[in-house]
Amino acid sequence: MIEIAFTLNDSPCTVSAPPFAPLSDTLRERLGLTGTKEGCNAGDCGACTVLVDGAQACACLIPSAQAEGARVETVEAVHGELGAVLARLRAAFLAHGAAQCGICSPGMLMAAADLLLRDAAPDRAAVRDALGGVLCRCTGYAKILDAVLDAAPRAVASPPAGEAVGAGIARLDGVAKLDGTDRFGADEAPADALWLRVVRSPHASARFSLGDLEAARRELGLEAILTAADVPGVNGFGIMPNLKDQPVLADGLVRFRGEAVLGLVGSREAVMAVRDAALPLTWHPLPALHGAAAASAVDAPQLHAHAPGNLLIEGKLNRGTPLRDVAYSEGRFTTGFVEHAYIEPEAGYAQPAPDGIGMEVFACTQAPYMDREETARVLGVAEEAVRIRPSACGGGFGGKLDVSVQPLLAVAARKLGRPVRIVYSRAESMASTTKRHPASITARMSADAEGRFTSYEFDADFNTGAYASWGATVANRVPVHAGGPYRIPNLRNRARAIYTNDTPAGAFRGFGVPQAAIATESLVDDLAEQLGLDRWEIRRRNAIGRGDTTHSGQVLHASAGLPECLDALKPEWDAMLAQVAAHNATAPRVKLGAGIACMWYGCGNTSMSNPSRMKLTLARDGTLTLFNGAVDIGQGSTTVMAQICADALGLPLENFRFVLGDTARTYDAGKTSASRQTFVSGRAAMETGLALRRRILALANAGEDAALALEGTQLRVGSARVIDLATLDADLEAEGRYDPPTTALDENGQGTPYATYGFAAQIALVAVDTALGTVKVRRIVAAQDVGRAVNPTLVLGQIHGGIAQGLGLALMEEFLPGRTENLHDYLIPTVGDVPEIEVHLIEDPEPEGPYGAKGVGEPALVPTAPAILSAIRHATGITMRQVPVLPHRLWEQMR
Amino acid sequence: MIAYHRPTTLADALTIRAAFEVAVLAGGTDVFPARTARAAWGDPTHKDVLDLSAIPDLRDIEETAEGWRIGCLVTWSALIAARLPPIFEGLKAAAREVGGRQVQNRATLVGNLVTASPAGDGIPNLLALDASVEIAGPRGTRRLPAAAFLTGYRATALAADELVLALHVPRLEGAQGGFRKLGARHYLVISIAMAAGVIATDGAGRITTARIALGACSAVAQRLPGLEAALLSAPRAEAARLVRKQHLESLSPIDDIRASAAYRRDAALVLLQDLLEARA
Ligand SMILES: Cc1cc2nc3c(=O)[nH]c(=O)nc-3n(C[C@H](O)[C@H](O)[C@H](O)COP(=O)(O)OP(=O)(O)OC[C@H]3O[C@@H](n4cnc5c(N)ncnc54)[C@H](O)[C@@H]3O)c2cc1C
Ligand code: FES
Ligand code: FES
Repeated sequence: MIEIAFTLNDSPCTVSAPPFAPLSDTLRERLGLTGTKEGCNAGDCGACTVLVDGAQACACLIPSAQAEGARVETVEAVHGELGAVLARLRAAFLAHGAAQCGICSPGMLMAAADLLLRDAAPDRAAVRDALGGVLCRCTGYAKILDAVLDAAPRAVASPPAGEAVGAGIARLDGVAKLDGTDRFGADEAPADALWLRVVRSPHASARFSLGDLEAARRELGLEAILTAADVPGVNGFGIMPNLKDQPVLADGLVRFRGEAVLGLVGSREAVMAVRDAALPLTWHPLPALHGAAAASAVDAPQLHAHAPGNLLIEGKLNRGTPLRDVAYSEGRFTTGFVEHAYIEPEAGYAQPAPDGIGMEVFACTQAPYMDREETARVLGVAEEAVRIRPSACGGGFGGKLDVSVQPLLAVAARKLGRPVRIVYSRAESMASTTKRHPASITARMSADAEGRFTSYEFDADFNTGAYASWGATVANRVPVHAGGPYRIPNLRNRARAIYTNDTPAGAFRGFGVPQAAIATESLVDDLAEQLGLDRWEIRRRNAIGRGDTTHSGQVLHASAGLPECLDALKPEWDAMLAQVAAHNATAPRVKLGAGIACMWYGCGNTSMSNPSRMKLTLARDGTLTLFNGAVDIGQGSTTVMAQICADALGLPLENFRFVLGDTARTYDAGKTSASRQTFVSGRAAMETGLALRRRILALANAGEDAALALEGTQLRVGSARVIDLATLDADLEAEGRYDPPTTALDENGQGTPYATYGFAAQIALVAVDTALGTVKVRRIVAAQDVGRAVNPTLVLGQIHGGIAQGLGLALMEEFLPGRTENLHDYLIPTVGDVPEIEVHLIEDPEPEGPYGAKGVGEPALVPTAPAILSAIRHATGITMRQVPVLPHRLWEQMR
Repeated sequence: MIAYHRPTTLADALTIRAAFEVAVLAGGTDVFPARTARAAWGDPTHKDVLDLSAIPDLRDIEETAEGWRIGCLVTWSALIAARLPPIFEGLKAAAREVGGRQVQNRATLVGNLVTASPAGDGIPNLLALDASVEIAGPRGTRRLPAAAFLTGYRATALAADELVLALHVPRLEGAQGGFRKLGARHYLVISIAMAAGVIATDGAGRITTARIALGACSAVAQRLPGLEAALLSAPRAEAARLVRKQHLESLSPIDDIRASAAYRRDAALVLLQDLLEARA
């Protein structure tokens, strides 16, 4: 420890800190300035960007000793020129919707401020260069660029009562995300919390034996070394009710690299100082099954007793009899593991109740109620004994649906009887949490002479990794969607999820549908080529629309806007084709290509009840509170629920207060997944608002269209009546619930798996350097049927972010266990990689949805990768059937 | 406990370097990620640290009788901002493409050299600039050409008791530097391959000196003597056409997560052509 004196945000500051500790750590843990975030501790993400002597720097790469005598400025700065620039940037970020989950926002703001303090009127290229070192996984960067370039941001006006739906208002939780006060998983913990560090397997498959742990504990100065034996309840968790196949702490056997083996609990210094090699832990490595092919070989060892042949599940859809027609194509496609790469690694703390039963867990999550159920089982207590308080969630994308830190923390806190906290390292997060399933797909497709699709066959193996996680969901969802949003009478689809010794694969934006779309859209291009049809034309001829029957036999009665999406893109498609033809006519080295793809996506869980429930109270003191259990992971559900509920009730948004996603205070609004929150929880929010409105109208004996106004405790109903809330016997309370109507699928995958579907089409313009095999996406135009855009700004944000992730899937992202466990070997798009994006919102209202709305979160990602592949093919003549299209892969095909 | 030394004089720094087994730290942009990577898989140990950042006079770029002297604490940003002749254009281009601004503001060119990564963007530039390395230690000061300083994959001729004080770049009249980097994304990307060159021409546009180096295609970045010989006396305008496959025979590119060996070899040819095509 040394004393370090420096200037912090314009004030003198002295702190006692280890000289080699990263400055970010000293700011956060010793000075309490948690506005500076840590996403990687390796310079790769920029979340920790601060200004040192007026120049942006990664605080995670600066030894605290180097702060001595320096001028350090953080997102908490309020004074002077920097304070003024930050204030302006904050207003602009809010107005443009440039912060989604907000974990990157402090770093973005500091990087942008660094530029604006030097150059008050930069151009877009200069802004890109200044922000190039900060990664954002949510926004696709476009709105961030717009915000930094907006020199005079204007606040979005608050809509009057009844006009919230459809207004692009700033997100209600935005201010805290931008001033650094929002509390993410690593930003809050009781002062007396112990630390937990998890020892993880370096082997993909191994047995292990433990020596004298008690002696080691004493020697290492730890409070406890946790093993499987310390789990008080069931040592297993997992998404499927009947399949809790993943141990909290492995019991003598590990099935993937990164599996949790021991928990070290003690002071932070003590747990962080332990060398794994110093622990009495002996490894006996076993042969590992990498990839679905190895695991489904006849002689492959069986990884789980319940899964002969390592087959977790098989999903099917059969309709008609597929036949080879006039045009016919077949292909094999492969995709790799994809990492969610949210910028916030998992973190949180658990606080045990003194009664030895209760437990409170504060952590980042997408599914608080599921966390509660999992944690209670692991502790061996009733669900009601566990309270999950979601922290702000710094990105999820499916990766924070499964529990990660929660059971580990709860077991540790129970054992020690003290609060325990943990912050995953980036490598730990990447090695141990779920990924997108790698897929190996064989598909065939036929069309008749007029270009009408007649048959489709799909057979895919998904590598679900060592544990089931969401494997079953992928196997259910994929066969329903695989054929794409087209009228096809004959289909035979099969998807299998196979256990391996790889990282568990789980939920990631699209649940396997993006992988399937890569195969299907490529075959559609094949058929178009064989028949001499334009690629847009063949899609338009087959596009499923209102009144058509889906592959599972469901008639789409409403809200099926794919034809409209395609029509909206037509002028730009023609212009793009003309641009490509003109450019390529001179046979340049850099060739342009245009591509197109479509998608559909069922909103909500597949053929399963997935209700949401909300509560709204109007108290006698005049406070109006929406108890909303839907977790906002950046997509904006907090704002959207409020907009919907406000209009249903008929009061303006300013009147509302919120209690959010706390299992002790809100009802279950299900998981933030499957693009279900706006549609399902939104409908529940609407029902809640309507229910309270009915109560009020009844109380005032007023007519249906009476306008409401709330001032203090005075509730005006219509022009004549006023209720003084203070005089009521009890607070007014109302509830709403919604469960989308679905039916089970029969053995041929026929039924009504979803109440509604989202539809989209995208076109992409790419430039391929034919000498180097590099691909630059220049432009993407998206058209998406969202039913109704409750908040157009937030909807655009989802689409931009989805496109950026789709681009990553197509061109650069590939998680290789043991090799790309950090953000410099695992590449996600930077601000320099994302193209110009234009979006057409198509609003074909969904009668089941709140004000016609349906889900938008996942759909935007699905068509991007296939559209880019289609464009690469247009530019080069090469059909890429493996993603990511790394430069060397494209180059090899071009040779 | 990790001891942390942050001396304020060079003499103290050299004494500490000679007396203890320390890891030298300048900008820390290689030291910290390496530490994070080790700790992630259960090795939180670290050598004691010798932090050079408080020593004065190591941040200057000075013009000398023979050329320029670049102090060991000169950052990429300082290089970008410095007024330097066209021979430095390649190095400056590399500086602008290293990491993001945050890294450029802290990381040093010397740190890049001492790390001796095959993918270090500074290294082929230093080879093309014919730079030499000024080294201080208990046996006094010595100078080594950059090529001799780099002895292998992440290995240098620096002894455990020595420090790099500066880099020296000799003057070359009429010389122009250039750099081409190939990576799989726009910012924050480690090179798949890169080419750097310094070319001087006479009044008639003929090449009088050609120093061309390739990085990330062998354990240590390499000059290409065959290509340099072929370029000598050739008209500058024709340089790009003189690149041949056999000029790359001494390379030994590898297959890794970023690219295949065959691709690297071919891409290197393209980068060289692009580099030589470019005109000041
Ligand atoms: C996010 C990120 C992106 C990056 N991108 C790139 C990139 O695109 N291209 C690239 O080439 N590099 C890149 N790097 C690597 C890095 O920035 C460079 O190698 C950097 O120049 C190292 O300088 P430093 O001062 O930070 O070195 P340090 O980390 O302080 O030291 C690096 C090494 O040099 C030694 N050393 C430093 N100074 C001396 C001295 N005077 N005498 C003796 N030994 C010394 C240290 O002991 C250590 O071994 C990146 C790093 C990060 C974190
Ligand atoms: S935490 Fe510093 S760059 Fe990621
Ligand atoms: S808003 Fe940028 S990472 Fe979430």
